[in-house]
Amino acid sequence: MLGSGIIKGLAETGRNFVGSYFDPERMTTVEYPEQRLAPKENTRQFPFLVFDGEAALAGLRCVACQICEKECPPQCIYIEKSREKKPDHLGKPQFHPAIFDIDISVCMSCQICVEVCPFDAIKMDTEFELSTSDRFGGLLMHKDLLARPNSHFLKVHPTDAGVIDARRAEERARLEAKARLDSEAKAKEAPPAA
Amino acid sequence: MMVTQRSSDEWDRPAPVAGSYAFVVGDDPEDPGSLLEVSMGPQHPSTHGVFRMDVVLDGETVVKLKPVFGYLHRNHEKIAENISYLGSMPYTDRLDYFCSLTNNWAYALAVEKLAGISVPERAEYLRVILSELTRLQNHVCLAGFLAQDMGASGTPLMYGFREREKILDLFESLTGARMMCNYMRFGGCRCDTPPGWLDEARAVVDSFPRFLHEFENLLSSNEILMSRTQGIGVLGKDLAVGAGITGPCLRAAGVDYDIRKVDGYGIYPRFQFRVPLGEHGDTYDRYMMRILEMHESLGILKQALDGIPEGPIIDPKAKLRGFRPKAGESYGRIEAPKGELGFYLISDGSPSPYRYRVRPPSLVNLTVLEDLCVGHNVADTVIILGSIDIVLGEVDR
Repeated sequence: MLGSGIIKGLAETGRNFVGSYFDPERMTTVEYPEQRLAPKENTRQFPFLVFDGEAALAGLRCVACQICEKECPPQCIYIEKSREKKPDHLGKPQFHPAIFDIDISVCMSCQICVEVCPFDAIKMDTEFELSTSDRFGGLLMHKDLLARPNSHFLKVHPTDAGVIDARRAEERARLEAKARLDSEAKAKEAPPAA
Repeated sequence: MMVTQRSSDEWDRPAPVAGSYAFVVGDDPEDPGSLLEVSMGPQHPSTHGVFRMDVVLDGETVVKLKPVFGYLHRNHEKIAENISYLGSMPYTDRLDYFCSLTNNWAYALAVEKLAGISVPERAEYLRVILSELTRLQNHVCLAGFLAQDMGASGTPLMYGFREREKILDLFESLTGARMMCNYMRFGGCRCDTPPGWLDEARAVVDSFPRFLHEFENLLSSNEILMSRTQGIGVLGKDLAVGAGITGPCLRAAGVDYDIRKVDGYGIYPRFQFRVPLGEHGDTYDRYMMRILEMHESLGILKQALDGIPEGPIIDPKAKLRGFRPKAGESYGRIEAPKGELGFYLISDGSPSPYRYRVRPPSLVNLTVLEDLCVGHNVADTVIILGSIDIVLGEVDR
C-alpha cells in the first residue's frame, strides 16, 4: 500500500519520542555546562609540564633536550636551554629549560611530544575550557603556566602516572643501593688509618 | 531624524562575473537566455563542506555541471615530505575526519611495507575492530546526511548521531580523542586497551542491530525516499570501472570489488563476511549498500571481539624516534569506508619521505559527478552528491 512505509517510519519516530521520556537508552542529551560527563582517563587536550616537589619551576622534570620541539608536527613548541646545569632526581647534573613555550592555538593535541619524551616530563592535560579574549598572548603558554605538580598528573591519568612513579622510584632505589655498595666497598678498601 | 533612503542603483558596480552567482548564459541561439548558470556553494550546507558546483540549468534540469574544489587545500603531501614519518600520522587524521582510524591504518600499512615491520596479532585484531567501528559510524552518518539532503531535516540524522556518539565514546576511552585519534603506529598500535574496553565495545556492537532495524523501519521502505532516489544518478558498470570508482559506489553498480577480499590486508582473510552488491547503481542502491555493509561490519566485529588474543600491542623492534626506512617505494591501500584509500611513499633513506602521495577515494569518486547529475533536476544533484559520500578534507588535502 502506498504510504505504508511512511506510516511505519512515523511509528518509529513516535516510539523514539515517547521513549525519550522513559527509556534511559534514548535519553542521551547532557545539558553542558550544568551537567558534565565523567572524564575519560585517556582523554587528551593540551600538554603540560610535570614537576616534582613544591616549587613549580625548580622541580620541572624537563631537561631541555628539545626532542619534542623537533618532533612536534605543527612546530608549536619553543625551548631555550639554560646555561648552567642542576641535579635531577637521580642527582645527575642536567640542563633545564630557560624558556619553554607552547602555542596552544597551533597545538593539535596529537600527543607526539608525550610519546617521544624520554624523561616523562611532558604529559597531556584534560582541561579544555581555555577560551580567552586575548588570542595572541592568552594562548601562548609559558613554562610557569604549563607547570603542573605530579599530583595533578596522578589525578588526570592515574594508571599512567602510577606506572611512571613506580619506575622512577625503582630507578632512585637502584641508584641509592649502588651508592651504598660503593661507599661500603670504599670503606673496605681504605681501612681507617690508625 | 529623517532618514533619506538611497537607491541601491547609485553604486557603480562591475558586471556579473561568470560563476560568482546566478547569471544568464544564454548560449542557445534559438532561445537566448534560456540557460541559467548557478553557482552552488562553496558555503552551502548541502555540499558537505567547502565545495562548489558550477551548474548550468535549463529550467530545473541540469545541462552541465562542473565541480570546483580546492578551498580546503592544506598542503598535506608537501608537509609530510618535510617532517618525520611519525609526524605525518596525526595529519592523516585530518584527511577524512570522519574516519581517522582507517586513514591511520592505510598510512601505517604503507610504512610497514616500506620498512618491512611486522604487526603483532593483538594489534591486528584491534585494527580490524577499530576500522569496522569507523565504518559503522561513517555509514550511519552518511545515511543520516542523505536523508537530511532529501529534506528529512534532523530526525534521521540525530538518530544516526546518537549511535555514532557511542562509538566515538569508545574511541575516546581508547585513543584519547573522539575524532583525531592518532592511534596507530608503525608496527602496531600506540597503547593497549583500558580494562573493560572490549566489553564496552561488545555492548555497543550488540545494541547496534536494534538501532539498524529501527533506522531501516524509518527510512528504507519510505515511499518519499524511494521516489527521490530510485533511478536517480545511475552509475553504469563500465563508467564506474573506467573512472576508478571504488567503495560502496562501485559495489552499488554491481562490481564485486572489495579490497578487504581482493588484497586481504591485515587479517581480513580470517573473517567470514559477504560483500553486498547493487543492481542498478542508482542513489537508492548506494544508500542500501551502506546499510548492508553495516550488517556485515557487525558480523566482522563479533568475530574479531571473540577472537582477540592477549599479547604485545606493538612490535618491539619498531622505532618511534629516529625512524629511517631504507630507500625504496611502497603503496599501501585499504578499504576505507569511502573506497580505496592508498598511500604511496618513496623513501631515499632520510628521516622524511622523498615522495608522499595520497590516493583519496572521495576525490576519485567525485569525478563522475557530472555524468550522474546531467538530465536530473537541480534538487537531485544534492542527493547524488550526498550519496557519493565525500569529505572535503580528503578531496582537497
